[in-house]
Amino acid sequence: MTSNPALAANTKPWRDPAAKPFISIRNVTKRFGDFTAVDDVSLDVYRSELFCLLGGSGCGKSTLLRMLSGFETPTAGQILIDGQDMAGVPADKRPTNMMFQSYALFPHMSVEKNIAYGLLREGKSKAEAYERVGEMLKLVKLEKFASRKPHQLSGGQRQRVALARALAKQPKLLLLDEPLGALDKKLREETQFELVNIQETLGVTFIVVTHDQDEAMTLATRIGVMTEGVITQVGEPREIYETPKSRFVADFIGSVNLIEGKAGPAAPDLMRVETDDLGPVVVPPTAGLTQGQTVWLAIRPERVWLTREPRPDIANSVPGVVQDMGYVGHMSSYVVRLANGRLIRVTQANESRRDTPITWDEQVHVGFEPSDFRVLTQ
Amino acid sequence: MKRGWFLPIVATLGFAFLYAPIVSLVIFSFNESRLVTVWGGFSTRWYGELLDDGQMLGAAWISLKVGAWAASIATVMGTLAAFVLTRFGKFRGKLLMTGMITAPLVMPEVIIGLSLLLLFVAMEGVLGWPAGRGMLTVIIAHATFTAAYVAVIAQSRLRDMDESLEEAARDLGAGPVRVFFDITLPVIAPALVSGWLLAFTLSLDDLVIASFVSGPGASTLPMVIFSKVRLGVSPDVNALATIIIGIVALAVTVAGVLLMRQSKRMR
Ligand SMILES: Nc1ncnc2c1ncn2[C@@H]1O[C@H](COP(=O)(O)OP(=O)(O)O)[C@@H](O)[C@H]1O
Ligand SMILES: [Mg+2]
Repeated sequence: MTSNPALAANTKPWRDPAAKPFISIRNVTKRFGDFTAVDDVSLDVYRSELFCLLGGSGCGKSTLLRMLSGFETPTAGQILIDGQDMAGVPADKRPTNMMFQSYALFPHMSVEKNIAYGLLREGKSKAEAYERVGEMLKLVKLEKFASRKPHQLSGGQRQRVALARALAKQPKLLLLDEPLGALDKKLREETQFELVNIQETLGVTFIVVTHDQDEAMTLATRIGVMTEGVITQVGEPREIYETPKSRFVADFIGSVNLIEGKAGPAAPDLMRVETDDLGPVVVPPTAGLTQGQTVWLAIRPERVWLTREPRPDIANSVPGVVQDMGYVGHMSSYVVRLANGRLIRVTQANESRRDTPITWDEQVHVGFEPSDFRVLTQ
Repeated sequence: MKRGWFLPIVATLGFAFLYAPIVSLVIFSFNESRLVTVWGGFSTRWYGELLDDGQMLGAAWISLKVGAWAASIATVMGTLAAFVLTRFGKFRGKLLMTGMITAPLVMPEVIIGLSLLLLFVAMEGVLGWPAGRGMLTVIIAHATFTAAYVAVIAQSRLRDMDESLEEAARDLGAGPVRVFFDITLPVIAPALVSGWLLAFTLSLDDLVIASFVSGPGASTLPMVIFSKVRLGVSPDVNALATIIIGIVALAVTVAGVLLMRQSKRMR
């Protein structure tokens, strides 16, 4: 697939403070009784983005999506789509379409009729509608299944019918609630790329809800990490992974070693943090820290050096013993126990076949480059 | 294992207790002899005689008409009530309405019949409608009490139904009324058919309520049979009963098959 230069994935409009957002969620809150499902969320999404809302079960992702599609009314706050305030606009009049978690295919209608349903409601003639149905079936490669009923399809085929039906009306915004959640692992991975391809071909703005971090990483132009009704961080997948702003995000996305410590005096080039686990650690200077403040140092397992000999060239190096190791083909993962019992997770690429690999119960040294630490305050 | 023979025997006894009277009724409907207790050889004589019995046929025709009308009205009312109760979220008086809709299921028939009779008499006095008692009042009475049964069936189907189907239709641009007719109704249709059949058989079967609210010239089949039997059981009643059993069994089977097939198709 040739990539479309005008897509948000390429232009990255969120980096431009002057860019106009396509969807604006402003201080939106949703309460069910005295339970707050979505808590003062503000979010901008740009045209032709594939935005992923990522969060655990029950954190309010679906509720936020349902407010965008008009099935729930915000308790407070405002939602704008393409500059238009959505307050009071019912679901059937919104320029959005939704792909439901359960797919919600009409069981008494054929695949074709399912896809045509929205087009006919729009006032399109039968001929026009079915021409478009043909295009959609081709897009999702289901031409041969036009006259089947939903119960005669496999899970993957149903998923594609649901996608085709939601896309048929050319919505300004497509909302997808766990679109791949019901598929098995292998099919899910294939479908992820298909979904991105379709999104890039059509250039429609997607907001995808998922609880699967790998899925979010693969799909998204940007990810919004949600927990307990709050979006804690928004950023490009790499940004979220490399520079998490909180322990929650660092831990939620991928695996991480978190080391608690107290900030030392502010320094212009390198700063010290006193930790119980590693002793004094040198980290890059971080703005806004006061001396003695509790901080957490986050470092990804693949950024930790693991060697048999000490590495005097690395600012932070600590001895330990390999307690556990797992071989995953292209890489190995280790759990190293330090003198005080603290466990450090390390992964190493298996690049060379010549070395005898480090294995169980070996005395090793773990090294941390200062620049690989993220200093977190929350 | 003790259970090996115990269960079949209990089951056989139970079914025998339930169905022996019906089976003997069906057998004796083909009895040549006029005496109910003496077998006089196979014959369809009583079925023939039934065809000549104008009063009986007239009553059967009335019962069928009453049943069809009452079941149709009950299906519409019951469905609407069920829809309001399952889809309109919380509203004031919901609990009361839920209770009142299911009350006729447990209310003694004598009380339903009596209260409806009083209502009809009062309405005639005040509004002048319905004028006198007859088929119309029986239809209204049957529609009211069978609507409760339809409401219960429709409610359980509506609760089972994936609500996101309706939301998906809304999302694709259909207004609420369209959604009801395009999506909700077709999806729950098999349940409504079985609800209609149930209402129909209940109406066909009812003696007590009909006796209260019926008037001259509008005697239903159970009323006629009952009055005849009081003068002594005649074999043509057996024949008629056999036919009714056939109709009811067919209706119940169709309803069951429809419900089962749908629950299979809907996962
Ligand atoms: N209609 C509702 N009434 C009451 N509580 C609700 C309703 N819808 C969702 N909730 C609650 O709001 C929270 C968030 O739900 P949801 O948005 O579905 O989470 P998820 O992130 O898993 O999609 C859950 O705790 C759920 O129980
Ligand atoms: Mg959800």
